[in-house]
Amino acid sequence: MKKIAIVLLVALLAGALSAFAFAEADKPFAGTEIKVYNWYDYIDPEVLDIFEAETGIHVNYVNFSQNEDMYTRLSTGAEIYDVVIPSEYMIERLIKEGLLAELNLDNIPNLANVIDNLLDPIYDPGNAHSIPYMWGTLGIVYNTDLVEGPITSWTALLDQKYADAKIFMMDSVRDTVGLALKTLGYSMNTHDEAELEAAREWLLAQKDSGVVAGYILDQAREMMVGNEAGMAVMYSGDALYAMDKNDKLAYVIPDEGSNIWVDGMCVPAASQNKEAAECFINFMCRPDIAQKNLDEIRYSSPIKQVVEGLSEEELASTAMNPTDEMVKRCEYYVDISDVAYMYDDIWMDVLM
Amino acid sequence: MKRSWYATPYALWMLLFAVVPLLFVCWYAFTTPEGHFTLANFQEFAKPRYMGVILRSLKLALYCTALCLVIGYPTAWFLSGRNFNHAQSLVVLILLPMWMNLLLRTYAMMTLLDDNGVLNAALQAIGLQPVKVIGTEGAVLMGLVYNYLPFMVLPIYTVLKKMDYSVIEAAEDLGCNPLRVMTRVVIPMSVPGIVSGVTMVFMPAVTSFAISTLLSHGKLRLAGDLIDYIFNQSSNPTRWNIGSSFSLMMLVLILISIGFLRKVDPDSEGGGMW
Repeated sequence: MKKIAIVLLVALLAGALSAFAFAEADKPFAGTEIKVYNWYDYIDPEVLDIFEAETGIHVNYVNFSQNEDMYTRLSTGAEIYDVVIPSEYMIERLIKEGLLAELNLDNIPNLANVIDNLLDPIYDPGNAHSIPYMWGTLGIVYNTDLVEGPITSWTALLDQKYADAKIFMMDSVRDTVGLALKTLGYSMNTHDEAELEAAREWLLAQKDSGVVAGYILDQAREMMVGNEAGMAVMYSGDALYAMDKNDKLAYVIPDEGSNIWVDGMCVPAASQNKEAAECFINFMCRPDIAQKNLDEIRYSSPIKQVVEGLSEEELASTAMNPTDEMVKRCEYYVDISDVAYMYDDIWMDVLM
Repeated sequence: MKRSWYATPYALWMLLFAVVPLLFVCWYAFTTPEGHFTLANFQEFAKPRYMGVILRSLKLALYCTALCLVIGYPTAWFLSGRNFNHAQSLVVLILLPMWMNLLLRTYAMMTLLDDNGVLNAALQAIGLQPVKVIGTEGAVLMGLVYNYLPFMVLPIYTVLKKMDYSVIEAAEDLGCNPLRVMTRVVIPMSVPGIVSGVTMVFMPAVTSFAISTLLSHGKLRLAGDLIDYIFNQSSNPTRWNIGSSFSLMMLVLILISIGFLRKVDPDSEGGGMW
């Protein structure tokens, strides 16, 4: 611990010194400190060192584990952050509440590296407030030994012939009610009472048929790795984790469509170092840096050059690199707080 | 200083962390989020899905209590035998699992009962068919019994240990066969212990949560899980009010069941808590 502290101190001092020594034109923000608020385990730590060395900007790196935690800290103004990396529905909410600054895209030329599918998203038109950092989808992971594939549709979750292999649903209201809506051909963000009623019936029929082995979250990954379950609804990031450990697993984004999520880099309206923050965001979109982050955390990267550099195996992986056609079937979650009670009511019927 | 003053720290503690919160629960249960008086929170209770959860909780708690009694009574009887010198160390063995956190014990239970777990490995090793336990009501019941059994054994053991053995000898001398000694002397004399044990198992069992969610893979939730969900995850604006009214209903339910038990042991000889 002491050792680390000394190394850090030396690094800090060196950084400060070099900042004074080389405050040149190519390091316009040298000496500035920015506070970056990101998810736990969601970056290659080396990337921060490179950034500090290149720009002379010091990064104060702090973490959260849930969008809601991040929201509380940001909205109370207890602390001022320069870069935050929330998920898309939270970005939408933050924009609505005026908590995000409008980005000067001239300062972020590397936005050109971002794949077209993720540009100009519905939650943030024109990428005015957010630049994609990582993204993924919701789908079904299945064990090709236990389940006769290929699985292509959410309706497999209702199929009695898979009951013995064990099917696990997610203990998560938006995802589970959402996939039922998708199966029936509706939007995952619907406000329509009749559509929600149909989703309720679908989920209750599924539960009553006895085909569901359980409604769980984190346990599903290990169960799939351990060949204990045949099928589980999961996010692509978790799916990649499980598939790295068990090569009998496959991931599919069902034909009816699914959820796509994006974590985006934003600058809070309260930030005093907006340009330095934009410099950081631009840096994170640089192909070599994005590659480092991908190697470390294994989600899908939105950077074209990184996608082009994927191995043949990774390119073929639906979890790592879904095709454009698959992505087009997916939709983002949007803020539904005004009808959340209806989703909640369905979910209580399913769970209780 | 008057002797009753010594209880001041505890009294303050109870006031702050039991009485005041309870008043809050009562307040929320009978008001709307805007603070107006209402009984609507209790009407919510009549919805079939909630009744189902309550009935399931009662059923499992009853089964659990009965099983604990059936397993616990003979154990306590055995441990309290007068020529038995190792009783103390065996009682420690019964207490031992309680030294570990309930959640950890339940996670361990999951590993044991898994389809590919220790139980099934053992069954297959002796040539039997594997059984599906985890995810069923049986698994939840096993978890409850495992967690609450010591609360049944200990009070009964204490009462039996205190019993005057010459009473049994007298019954034998007057011609009672062992079965009659048991049914006419031992069991009636240990009723206070039974009442205490039943209370101490039934109360936590009927309000238990997490055990059921974990061992049923989230398929069978109990009243405790329901209240937890309403408070922590529900997006209903009246969630604190409804959650409070449910908590209050559970409290009443428990008071009623304890009232019944009190009738059986009016003097609280088993160290009753009420």
